[in-house]
Amino acid sequence: MSFVLVQVIVGGLLLGAVYALFSSGLTLVWGMMNIVNFAHGDFVMLGMYVAYVVYTLMGGGPILGAPLATLVLATLGVVVYFALIRGIMKGPMLAQILGTFGLALLLRYSVFWWFGANFLSMPPNIVGGTYAFAGLRIEASRLLAGVVALLVTLGLHLLLTRTSLGSKMLAVAEDQTAAQLMGIRPDTMQAIAWAIAAGATGLAGALIANFFYIVPTVGETLGIVAFVTVSLGGFGSVPGALVAGLLIGVIESLSGYLIGAIYKDIVVYVLFLFFLWFRPQGLMGKM
Amino acid sequence: MTLKHVTGLLCAAAMSLALTAGAQAQDKVVKIGVIMPMSGGTASIGAHAKAALDVATDIINNAHPELGNFPLAKNAGLAGLGGARVEVIIADNQGNPATGQNQALRLITEEKVAAVFGSYQSGVTLTSSAIAEKYGVPFLNSESVAANLTERGFKWFFRTTPIATDFAKIYVDFLADIKAQGAKTDSIAVVHDNTEYGTSVANTISGTFKERGQPIALDVAYPVNATDVQGQVLQLKDKKPDVVIMISYTSDAILFAKTMQSLDYKPAVLLADDAGYSDPSFTKAVGKISQGVFNRSSWVVGPAGSPSAIIADMYKKKSGEEMDDTVARQMQGFFVLADAIDRAGSTEPAKIQAALKATDLKPEQLMIGYKGVKFDDKGQNILASGAIIQLQDGENYVSVWPKANAEKAPVLPYKGW
Repeated sequence: MSFVLVQVIVGGLLLGAVYALFSSGLTLVWGMMNIVNFAHGDFVMLGMYVAYVVYTLMGGGPILGAPLATLVLATLGVVVYFALIRGIMKGPMLAQILGTFGLALLLRYSVFWWFGANFLSMPPNIVGGTYAFAGLRIEASRLLAGVVALLVTLGLHLLLTRTSLGSKMLAVAEDQTAAQLMGIRPDTMQAIAWAIAAGATGLAGALIANFFYIVPTVGETLGIVAFVTVSLGGFGSVPGALVAGLLIGVIESLSGYLIGAIYKDIVVYVLFLFFLWFRPQGLMGKM
Repeated sequence: MTLKHVTGLLCAAAMSLALTAGAQAQDKVVKIGVIMPMSGGTASIGAHAKAALDVATDIINNAHPELGNFPLAKNAGLAGLGGARVEVIIADNQGNPATGQNQALRLITEEKVAAVFGSYQSGVTLTSSAIAEKYGVPFLNSESVAANLTERGFKWFFRTTPIATDFAKIYVDFLADIKAQGAKTDSIAVVHDNTEYGTSVANTISGTFKERGQPIALDVAYPVNATDVQGQVLQLKDKKPDVVIMISYTSDAILFAKTMQSLDYKPAVLLADDAGYSDPSFTKAVGKISQGVFNRSSWVVGPAGSPSAIIADMYKKKSGEEMDDTVARQMQGFFVLADAIDRAGSTEPAKIQAALKATDLKPEQLMIGYKGVKFDDKGQNILASGAIIQLQDGENYVSVWPKANAEKAPVLPYKGW
């Protein structure tokens, strides 16, 4: 019993790290420009498909998929910023919501049209193995995703707090006009933010693809988790997303195992609402 | 009566004549509304169904002498309606009961379809067929197995597929048979999602096993389209049931297969209740790590040259996929509906309803392994039947039970990967 409980908690932590990984991009975009990207889940989905195509159709193997997905999605992020986001940021709130929502559907159904509705799965590969020690089983692919989640969070945090690029980005987030007077180009900074956010999301997708199924609608399933993680962690806080992701992962796993899986979402959301009641800005968000 | 009135009346008369003429021209096409999940988590099912219905309408609308005496194949169109063509209008239910209901309303009131066909998920069939009932339009369901669908006293609802109660009995008999051969089948766990399909089939199976003196030892419910099922698999690993019965749609079925591998969990017998496990994208994605899973099916490819083999071939050319049980049941259901419209000789709902009630198809007139098609007062096909298949040697299911129709013997225990 206690051994199984350890397995449940370890599984929950790894799951939570993955939640954190695919939430960091969402929180970054929110923190930078107060835009909720409803296409976020579909960015994850695209990352999965890039990894799949690189691996199976181009023979790139499992190693090349992750960096290529990062690159492709980062490029897409910049394109989306200049083609869509820059325009709708000037519009009303509703335009922002519907704009990214429309983008989500466009991406989803483009993939539908190209790849069809069938479920795909990565072929077994070097990260497909499972480590077993002392009866505990850890999937290599989840471990890799968990470690990368920690590294990405740390990297983003250092970038924002310790580099001049980060300071410039935060300056734009704080006050665009003032930043412009200081010789910072808001456009460039925000485009960079989109590139980083979308790139991190693509990376997340490529790593998740190793242990999840791949289907055009997978963004719906994963997107909701990202929104909950980000609002619990505090909109705009990258470390907050990590802590929140881990917390949600462990609570989900524990309640799923102890109380029953159909109740786990109730437990998670009751705790979530209860928490926001006392701390509406989230764990590490600013008021 | 002034001249203005006369002109008005004449106009009205002319319009009604034009409308009747229009209606006569429309009789050449019989519209059938189809409600399927074209998007959402089960969109692969919708895509396969669309390809299958394309093949079915091709068979009905064009002459296919190679199919011999297969109903509706020989001549072009529906002979009973002067060679009218069948037109399928597909509506997307998004896997959502509310959307399915709206689409049924749209198909009936705006598209004016002669009959409605659908809707895959039992939960969606439940809501969309209620609209057809209200408007008095025949609704044919070919694949939803929740038992309660035919227990609502509906007059316009017909179902060709075998249902949960049929399969629960098959499972009981099958497990008793392999127990006699030495397999351990004492404790049984049922794993299911929280949809209409998952809960009602789980209830039916639990009830049937209880009646036969073998209560279900463990019931594991989970929310549909799960992001993670480690907790559920660990629960199974902890309680160690001999037999695990899986009632899951495709996405969750794939996730369970992957998680069972990563947590190194194998029950002695893994028995799936169709749905996700019959989706070709399941066998392609995780077939290699699900070796030895049992599944139910009514579909058996006949010998080369038989109608079922020819139809399977046509389907493969159209979709690139092998024919699976779900698609075969859907095509068969569609043929039953088209046959009834043909015999009704009319698109009038009441006449189609009467023809459906009079349906009496023999096994040799079917493309699937039912003992026939004949509806009881509740609209359920009383001659529907099925068999047990097993995933052996890669990605293909072979029939293993009952022995009379088996291609191979069942292999035990569950091998996995």
